Amino acid sequence: MSYLPHTPEQVASMLRTIGAPSLEALFAGIPAKDRLHRPLELPGPMGEIALSGLADAVAARNRSARELACFLGAGAYDHFIPAVVDSLAGRAEFVTAYTPYQAEASQGSLQAFFEFQTLICQLTGMDVTNASLYEGSSAVAEAIMMALSGSDRDGPVLMSPYLHPHHGEVARTCLANLGTKIETVPPDSDRIHLACLRSSVSEATPCVVVQHPNILGNLEEVHEISRICKEKGALFIVCYNPVSLGVLGRPGDYGADIAVAEGQGLGSPLAYGGPYLGLLSCRSALTRKIPGRLVGQTVDRRGKRCWVLALQTREQHIRREKATSNICTNQGLYALRAAIHLAALGPAGLRETALACMSKARETVEQLRVAGAGEPLVDHPWFHEFVLRLPPSSPTADRVVELMVEKGFLAGFPLSRWFAGRERDLLVAVTEKRTSVEIASFAESLGRLARGG
Amino acid sequence: MDKNQSAGLLFEIGQPGRRCHAIPEASRVDAAAMIPGRFLSESPPPLPELSELDIVRHFTNLSTLNMAIDCNFYPLGSCTMKYNPKRHERLVGSHRFAEQHPLQPDSTCQGTLGVLHEMERMLAEIAGLDACSLQPSAGAQGELTSLLVAAAWFRHRGEARSKVLIPDSAHGTNPASAALAGFQAVGVKSTADGLVDMEDFAAKLDDDVAVFMITNPNTLGLFEPNIRRIADMVHARGGLVYLDGANMNAILGIARPGDFGADMMHFNVHKTFTGPHGAGGPGSGPIAVRAMLEPFLPRPRIIVGADGAFRLDENRPLSIGRVRSFHGNIGVILRGYFYIRTLGAEGLADVSRHAVLNARYLRSLLAGLIEIPGPDNGLHEFVASARNLRREKRVSAMDIAKRLLDYGFHSPTVYFPLVVPEALMMEPTETESPETLEAFAKALGNILAEDPEILRQAPHSLPISRPDEVKATKEPVLRWKAD
Ligand SMILES: Cc1ncc(COP(=O)(O)O)c(C=O)c1O
Repeated sequence: MSYLPHTPEQVASMLRTIGAPSLEALFAGIPAKDRLHRPLELPGPMGEIALSGLADAVAARNRSARELACFLGAGAYDHFIPAVVDSLAGRAEFVTAYTPYQAEASQGSLQAFFEFQTLICQLTGMDVTNASLYEGSSAVAEAIMMALSGSDRDGPVLMSPYLHPHHGEVARTCLANLGTKIETVPPDSDRIHLACLRSSVSEATPCVVVQHPNILGNLEEVHEISRICKEKGALFIVCYNPVSLGVLGRPGDYGADIAVAEGQGLGSPLAYGGPYLGLLSCRSALTRKIPGRLVGQTVDRRGKRCWVLALQTREQHIRREKATSNICTNQGLYALRAAIHLAALGPAGLRETALACMSKARETVEQLRVAGAGEPLVDHPWFHEFVLRLPPSSPTADRVVELMVEKGFLAGFPLSRWFAGRERDLLVAVTEKRTSVEIASFAESLGRLARGG
Repeated sequence: MDKNQSAGLLFEIGQPGRRCHAIPEASRVDAAAMIPGRFLSESPPPLPELSELDIVRHFTNLSTLNMAIDCNFYPLGSCTMKYNPKRHERLVGSHRFAEQHPLQPDSTCQGTLGVLHEMERMLAEIAGLDACSLQPSAGAQGELTSLLVAAAWFRHRGEARSKVLIPDSAHGTNPASAALAGFQAVGVKSTADGLVDMEDFAAKLDDDVAVFMITNPNTLGLFEPNIRRIADMVHARGGLVYLDGANMNAILGIARPGDFGADMMHFNVHKTFTGPHGAGGPGSGPIAVRAMLEPFLPRPRIIVGADGAFRLDENRPLSIGRVRSFHGNIGVILRGYFYIRTLGAEGLADVSRHAVLNARYLRSLLAGLIEIPGPDNGLHEFVASARNLRREKRVSAMDIAKRLLDYGFHSPTVYFPLVVPEALMMEPTETESPETLEAFAKALGNILAEDPEILRQAPHSLPISRPDEVKATKEPVLRWKAD
């Protein structure tokens, strides 16, 4: 099976036209010493029936969030995806098109991406949004590079201690060779230490990067952080959760200069980590520093409104080593999914989704307390994720997660994997999909384990 | 048929209060009872308010304005627009793939981890290299990751090298990635065929060169005949050779980068191994490297325990670190895995044989119609030039590209590679039949016989024609706003 349409007769006749004696002869341009003179060592071919069997056998060794009630978040969330998203984004005219370089043949994609850019601006209150980046962590790295480009501020980038650890690590990895200094601001009981931030930010600070809600689920004092940044002229980069904006204030409204996010919650399935969606928006003053593609509105030669790729002189195919970023292929189809998702939710649906997450998360906290599963650390304002501190009688969080799989749950994320010394802390997230029955039985199972039963 | 009823933007249709998705039981929850007012917005974001049918009709009609592989021949050079098998879509849709959380315990992902581990080994075999990381999200991120790995390797050896050599026929991501990785990108001249100018190369190669990045087969579809010598010369100076694998569709099972001298490379799974392009993405850009570079690959690595269980290993002291969150564009990698398992070794080699057959056949069909500079022993793609037409008839590569759209063919890649003036870069791929190639050649023949004015105004039958790109850049309108 190889999806080739050629009949043997056609191959023979094509070879005659070219004047080549055989298919092998087509490779005469490759020196013999550079060629492989044996077959690749790969498993044999298979038809669709056998392949489906193979996929089933692989799947049988997996468990999914459909089978294990998911209280695990830590940057990827089990949100509901309306059927219209799969149905419309699954249309082959979107799926099997390339990047819309030929505008006339790509108005469908171009208009959809223009709508995506607008929807994310409406969501965040920011002025400009690009047509997507790979995922949340590289979006953070790109935002920092935007802040640094053309800036003469030579102090360190200041980062929240509760930025998603992957975001911080990716920024460090990607900026490692550019001479960028990154400093983590000290923590203050599971939030950024505001007084330390205030004393660290100076006229030399290029930017401050804060996640809100932070990786532990707590809300940060974004208005105050914004003020601190403004006073010293440092750019405020906020990493938001798109679903939280159904109820929380928008980055544009509290003064963010660049707003980035993992957009997975807007219509990307969990899919073991990808494809997801990097969201990046900024104030209009920063437009020409934006990485990646932008779709702009214009008119065609008959005066009809239409859409094209815009401001391409920022991009690698024109600017090469001076481009704002190296990104080429982006997450187009997932930007489309997010656009359809936001259109389907609308303002009321987004608000209800956020409210459902919040109320179910609080229901979970109550049930865990009742069940004696430990102490939920919810002293600060929080959204839909919280740290559960397991009691001394409990196995470690790592072990609890393993044991809870047997009870039918993805119980959360053992924080010790990211924060040394937090062996008894379990990060728990609750989305609108969880039912009261699941929440009650989750709390009961976890309580029994935690009490050492 | 009038498509104008769908021409409005999402924001121009709908009515206040109209709904699609709803969670009625949440509508009366009081946020202010749970979160202090300073964190809350007074009202939710001003998104459009639409019914489900509004949305369905809008996006369905929008989709019909696109050309796509499933509808049209799409010979876009360097992009490998081959058929994307439907079976992959069904298989990756299983909840046991689509609904796996990236941080769930390894014990609950043994199927996926096993496949990813096997995919690493299969890609390493195809590359002729030793180890593989599936983390990079697309080709460009694969380039950056490899260069960061190279930098870390040099640093570990106590060497500081500052330059990356890149032929001027290379894709723009190559120099952009080099700059991001902290290197100085130094251009190397190409011959008229896009091959490395050996004299210029030799002059620029010195002990400060960390990496030589090469696309082979190159962006003109030619296999670099001097590749071994080039690699030997780079290695003799202590440098590394990077292969941009965007053109792997030409040499699967025919030649392996590791065998002809590359030390590291990326694959574009969304090109060579059929992850659909999705109107711009997602992609997946796994990298393969020689064993000495393996310790520097992004973490985590998939390892197999003594008990045969797969595990994600974060404890990699020499690793450059993550280049993205979680593990990669797994959905795209799974499609690539299913593709390779479907074809097997012989099937993959057949892909390349027929990809080259189609390109050579199309080239011979077009040879009498338009100038095709360069030798005719190329591989999976070739580049025509409209420079004579431009001089004689004032018809540009872009005019031809636009007119092809009227005939129902997506245009070739235009104005790339930069080394060919008025370039029309064509990559038919192996999944096209000779009938399609003949129809395309016939259309191009017709077009070139047409009144040039028809071409200059083309396309005539598409929803729009010749958008004003200058206006889009001079007065950028990057979002809709209420008047
Ligand atoms: C030759 C070449 N190199 C690199 C790339 C970049 O790959 P990606 O778009 O997957 O980032 C491309 C893709 O267009 C390419 O054609």
